[in-house]
Amino acid sequence: MNDIVLALGEALRLIGGLDAKLTGIVVLSLEISLSAVAIAAVLGLPLGAVIAVERFAGRQALIVLLNALMGLPPVVVGLLVYLMLSRAGPLGPLGLLFTPTAMVVAQSILILPIIAALSRQVIEDAWREYEEQLRSLGARRFDAALTLMWDTRFSLVTVVLAGFGRAAAEVGAVIIVGGNIDGVTRVMTTTIALETSKGDLPLALGLGMILVGLVLALNGIAHSIREAVQRRYG
Amino acid sequence: MLPLRLENVSFAIGGRRIIDSVSVEIAGGPRTVILGPNGAGKSVLMRLCHGLFEPTSGAIEWRGAGVNGRPRQQAMVFQRPVMLRRSALGNVLYGMRLAGVARGECDLRARDMLEVVGLAHVTDRPARVLSGGEQQRLALARAWALNPEVLFLDEPTANLDPAATREIETIIGAIHAGGTKIIMTTHNLGQARRLADEILFIHEGRLVERAPVGEFFAGPASAEARSFIKGELPW
Ligand SMILES: Nc1ncnc2c1ncn2[C@@H]1O[C@H](COP(=O)(O)OP(=O)(O)OP(=O)(O)O)[C@@H](O)[C@H]1O
Ligand SMILES: [Mg+2]
Repeated sequence: MNDIVLALGEALRLIGGLDAKLTGIVVLSLEISLSAVAIAAVLGLPLGAVIAVERFAGRQALIVLLNALMGLPPVVVGLLVYLMLSRAGPLGPLGLLFTPTAMVVAQSILILPIIAALSRQVIEDAWREYEEQLRSLGARRFDAALTLMWDTRFSLVTVVLAGFGRAAAEVGAVIIVGGNIDGVTRVMTTTIALETSKGDLPLALGLGMILVGLVLALNGIAHSIREAVQRRYG
Repeated sequence: MLPLRLENVSFAIGGRRIIDSVSVEIAGGPRTVILGPNGAGKSVLMRLCHGLFEPTSGAIEWRGAGVNGRPRQQAMVFQRPVMLRRSALGNVLYGMRLAGVARGECDLRARDMLEVVGLAHVTDRPARVLSGGEQQRLALARAWALNPEVLFLDEPTANLDPAATREIETIIGAIHAGGTKIIMTTHNLGQARRLADEILFIHEGRLVERAPVGEFFAGPASAEARSFIKGELPW
């Protein structure tokens, strides 16, 4: 018990003192997960919109697949990306394995289905409400997809934040493709896993607190955006 | 683009026939009011004419219409208009941009429209927080801004109080005076008397009767129309 209290104190000291090692890890984590979420959003939001408004063969199957992929285990994504990037793999010559870039790729793949599937749901619900009105005004499906993305923009912020939360919190994918190399590919979650097993609790606890704080803050932001918008735009 | 010609148009959903062999030719000019009880098929018939539904059988033809796709010079105001999550002005601009109105013209014309329907004071207010009557007027402005040759109005004053109803009816009169063909539905007999030039009476998906408004109310030819008029409440 005493150990834990001491570790907590030390963790708070690390955070309060903006410990260089700790901030380095936090910054790298944010860089990787924000890049991943940007890539996944740029691809996933339009994908979700297109699936929401288009009718094509295999659409239902694609929706089921995307929904299923939301639950993709990070370690499996890590493994697949590892196989692609490893020396013998098809993308081996790029030499990306164990770099932050590989981690971005893995996290993008992990959260792309989340962003696509959730935005598809949001936009399709709106499409049901808007379809006749938009068609009457002469909107083609492409116009409609853009309009719906704009009109659901504040729900889509929540969708993107959900993707970010998932990326920032996962260990499995980044530890496999990043290799957890000190000072190079070590992020919050992988450091927590490693330091805990080594018994270095203060750093693990400090990072844990920051991670939880981050997730809470994001959800708080998402919630207040939605509330404010609901009041303002109806 | 008029006349609009329907030939034996039927429409079924899930095996249920909602519109049953309607044949009619609607010419430009007079205000046409589609009258009939709740569930008669007025809204569905209007959606068919507007091109939102495809008839199950029969044909709908506009004069000079292209092979596929309805002519763009028509607009519709729905029984429950959907407002986009943007300002009142933004809603009017949206339709104009889709219709390809030159950007320079849009803003001025949109503001004019809002002024004419009495919404100048809410130009920049989010459309979705406007009252029902204001939204209905905004929907009219949005449709009118397209300068359509034909304007479909589906129960444009359902749920509105008498003052708001009068305002909407005045606006409809102005749109008609501007040369737009008005085709509207209502189940309100008073409104039909005030606004119609000719009546299409629909009952259970069939076009039962068509007559100039005076003739229709003086002595409806069909038993269905007679009993519909007789059921009128005293207010
Ligand atoms: N999408 C749909 N699916 C199934 N049934 C429908 C659909 N749209 C309309 N109907 C049915 O078709 C019939 C006619 O509907 P419609 O909305 O045209 O009536 P209406 O004459 O406009 O009535 P109201 O005066 O209440 O607006 C109704 O019985 C309705 O239940
Ligand atoms: Mg109706």
